Amino acid sequence: MRLAVERWDPGEDQIEVQRAPEPGVAGGAYRAFGETLRGLKTTFARVIEGVHTIQYPEQKVAVYPRFRGRHKLHRFEDSDLEKCVGCSLCAAACPADCIRVVAAENTPELRISAGERYAAVYEINMSRCIFCGYCEVACPFDAITMGHDYELSDYNRGDLIFTKEMLLAEPLDQTPLRAQGE
Amino acid sequence: MSFALVDYFEPWWIQIIKGIVLFAIGLQIVPLVLLAERKLLGRFQGRYGPNRVGPYGLIQPLADIVKLLGKEQSRPETSVGPLFIVAPVISIMTAVGTFAIIPFGDAPHIFGTRVGLYGVDVSIGPLYIFALSAISFYGLMLGGWASGSKYSFLGAMRAAAQLISYEVSQGLALVGVLITAGTLSLTQIVHAQEGMWYIVPQLAGFLIFMVAAFAETNRAPFDLAEADAELVGGYNTEYGGGRFASYYFAEYLNVVVVSGVATTLFLGGWLIPGWHGQPAWTDPFVVLFKMTLFISFFIWIRATLPRLRYDQLMSFGWKILLPLATLNTLATAIIVVAVHK
Repeated sequence: MRLAVERWDPGEDQIEVQRAPEPGVAGGAYRAFGETLRGLKTTFARVIEGVHTIQYPEQKVAVYPRFRGRHKLHRFEDSDLEKCVGCSLCAAACPADCIRVVAAENTPELRISAGERYAAVYEINMSRCIFCGYCEVACPFDAITMGHDYELSDYNRGDLIFTKEMLLAEPLDQTPLRAQGE
Repeated sequence: MSFALVDYFEPWWIQIIKGIVLFAIGLQIVPLVLLAERKLLGRFQGRYGPNRVGPYGLIQPLADIVKLLGKEQSRPETSVGPLFIVAPVISIMTAVGTFAIIPFGDAPHIFGTRVGLYGVDVSIGPLYIFALSAISFYGLMLGGWASGSKYSFLGAMRAAAQLISYEVSQGLALVGVLITAGTLSLTQIVHAQEGMWYIVPQLAGFLIFMVAAFAETNRAPFDLAEADAELVGGYNTEYGGGRFASYYFAEYLNVVVVSGVATTLFLGGWLIPGWHGQPAWTDPFVVLFKMTLFISFFIWIRATLPRLRYDQLMSFGWKILLPLATLNTLATAIIVVAVHK
């Protein structure tokens, strides 16, 4: 028994493909050599054009101003008090759960932040951080921002837990920043 | 019964020194070619290539070799031990053996003794080359088969089919030169080119020879035997450490040898056109310079052409290259007979 095969009609979807004619032996050999020469010209033009490599550890690509690198904690410039009041909103916003904040009360003798409380412990686990920047968005006092450092590798996992002192300190090397319009 | 005559006119101790010098040159050239390939490929692709080890990355080959030789010699359980070990040795021996007959110059008098600047001047030059390259297939085939791995096996099968089919065209392309020169000795062929390099009258033969040479040396665009994208590494997939190093060494020495053969047969060996009375000490440098040109061309091609499909490779070899080579041979033969009647 033969099954009736229903032919699918492409209708409007039909496309005429334009192909070059089959070259034949002599034409094929000629075309092979000709195209080879064209390819050789193309690659040689790359030699003349020069090298595009950036020699990374010595040369660095400048980052954009809004690049989200390693976090920074900030102080008030006039009073030198920490901006962070230990509210833990950053920790709550963190999708990777990598921020740990332990708050403590400011006392008249020991005044660390501008608010009532301050962060006694402020740790970011950089091996878990996904650099989403939600902490920066969540912070009501702009105490934490995303910096520009991206060279964060280390030999031990423990060394990737950044403490408050490390986050408050200025980084040793400044990451080159892209100028306006660059 | 007649034997191929080998022309030995040097005393035995000079032959030993020659052997050592040639082997040393060969051993020195290969790492240089390796480095040149990686550097040049980089330039062709808009990057530097290795530039970290030593000044300008010049010690890179040394680092490669130390790394390879320091590795463990592992062998798959399914492999066939003795063949697995012998195969790279076959490859390297044939490559070095072919290197022996490339003439780096004529036979000048050095310290009052006549010394040929080549390993041996066999009177069957090209046949010797083809004999050794036929043996060198066993290196690839046995290596691939004895590895007991399907990738190696596929690579070995491809190598066998490819090398055998392209050797025919390569041989026929050389016949034109041999007919024109009327000799099989490589030094005699160079002398026969004093009027004109054979690249001019034998241009078709030269092109065919070069295409076939790419296939014979397993180089891009004919590197199907080791096609790293599809076969991991082809016949050398299962090899590591020193054995892999010897495969690699043989491969690059083959490139050097093919460049040497092309220099000798088509580019007039040590001859510089229009300069008679050329001092003998320049000969090796001229040959090395011409070889460098060829090696650079090999690298250039590798940076340019993508790998062919297997059926394209075979049909190109048998349907285009072989007829062209045969035609070239026939035409040359007819012309030579007509001219020298």
